[in-house]
Amino acid sequence: MEETLLKTCLYEKHLALGAKMSPFAGFIMPIQYSSIIEEHNAVRHAAGMFDVSHMGEIFVSGADAERFVNHIFTNEIRGYEKGKVLYGMMLHPDGGTVDDLLVYREFEDDHFLLVVNAANIAKDFAWIQEQAAGFDVVLDNASDSWGQIAVQGPGAEKFVVETLGFAEAAQLGFYSYCEAQWKGRRLILSRTGYTGEDGFELYTDREGTAELWDILLDAGVVPCGLGCRDTLRFEAGLPLYGDELSDSISPVEAGFGMFCKLDKEEFIGKEALARQKAEGTARKLVGMELHDKAIPRAGYPVETQEGEQIGVVTTGYHSISLDKSICFALIDSRYSALGTDLMIRIRKKVFPATVIKKRFYQTNYKN
Amino acid sequence: MSKIIEGLKYSETHEWVKIEDGIAIIGVTDFAQKEMGDITYVDMPAEEDEVNAGEEFGALESVKASSDLISPVSGEVCEVNAELEDSPELINSDPYANWIIKVKISDESELDALMDAAAYAAQIGE
Repeated sequence: MEETLLKTCLYEKHLALGAKMSPFAGFIMPIQYSSIIEEHNAVRHAAGMFDVSHMGEIFVSGADAERFVNHIFTNEIRGYEKGKVLYGMMLHPDGGTVDDLLVYREFEDDHFLLVVNAANIAKDFAWIQEQAAGFDVVLDNASDSWGQIAVQGPGAEKFVVETLGFAEAAQLGFYSYCEAQWKGRRLILSRTGYTGEDGFELYTDREGTAELWDILLDAGVVPCGLGCRDTLRFEAGLPLYGDELSDSISPVEAGFGMFCKLDKEEFIGKEALARQKAEGTARKLVGMELHDKAIPRAGYPVETQEGEQIGVVTTGYHSISLDKSICFALIDSRYSALGTDLMIRIRKKVFPATVIKKRFYQTNYKN
Repeated sequence: MSKIIEGLKYSETHEWVKIEDGIAIIGVTDFAQKEMGDITYVDMPAEEDEVNAGEEFGALESVKASSDLISPVSGEVCEVNAELEDSPELINSDPYANWIIKVKISDESELDALMDAAAYAAQIGE
């Protein structure tokens, strides 16, 4: 049976640019336009843009909106100002991750926007609806009517301010946002991203997204596919749901416990996480560096020097910005100390590798 | 449109073979390098290793993925292209000039199973 793939509002633009297209999270998405390396370097050194219209937008409003979002979200919403963005997770009671997401506190009282992973939109919305019993909230999965472009890189601000004319963008700090009217439509201008560089994510309707894309393309912003989106986020030490976080991997195991506020009154999964933090977890996500040019890939076994398998690679690349073979691996916690020497099995051979810090690349966010 | 060279033999798995004095010079086709994208690593056998027709002898790694190299012939590896160790991207710039291994052929009849340029062009649909 052939799966029917969804198209974003920029699908025709990708075809016109000659992009290599591939299925991702139920959508047919651009993997690369010219080369992953060129696109990666454009984001690190100039400005690139990504079609991220496949991401999900779920609006939560109503008298209990704040209490409800705080109930399903690991980070602390209370006391967080309007115009701020927070990263965190939604968890199962056992601490497994339903999804990782951004929460926007909107300028209108009791209004929140949840931006979730494309692959999880249906699962998340059904889960959120289930949790909402007894709360006075209105839930709106508006994913189909919103497009999104991420403009990323040291040159991003110049294009957003000068080319698009959003002077207010220059005043935004990282993880804050503002609302604008653009050609008569609502636009959310958010200083966020998934690359380790400064940048913006622009949310508006489908037609507006297509117009923004053309203007930015004409101005010289490099179109970038999902290929380099993954190499960029990986170098910056950011997780991809499905690889480093999943229904069976908790944020504490993955080393993202700082986004889970255990001093909050309550949230789903809090008890499980508190226990994991107190007792430690059997597995831990680590960074590893290979002392060879061979490339560790997702699923390759991690072994002790004696040949016992103690874990598995979750994402690995020959890093474009750092020119070395590095990976994330989910391994037995007893071997997770920095500097531990292990082996990674790549095809028929094993290669020595060392546990290193997960944030491989020094990020360049705007303060 | 991918480049295909007359006079070479081709495998279904996109390797090309050139025969010179009983030695098979083996590389990957232009179609293969385009499909892979930026090549960042070539996993090659050692000299004097035995390779078997239809079996893996190494791998090409791009940024995104790894793809096995399948030997079109059997025999002993007499030379590997050491230049590719530091400059794997040479395969992207010219996949026919930048061969990967040379093999001393043990069974010349295996060459009959390979395609000529026209048959290979038909296989990749160009």
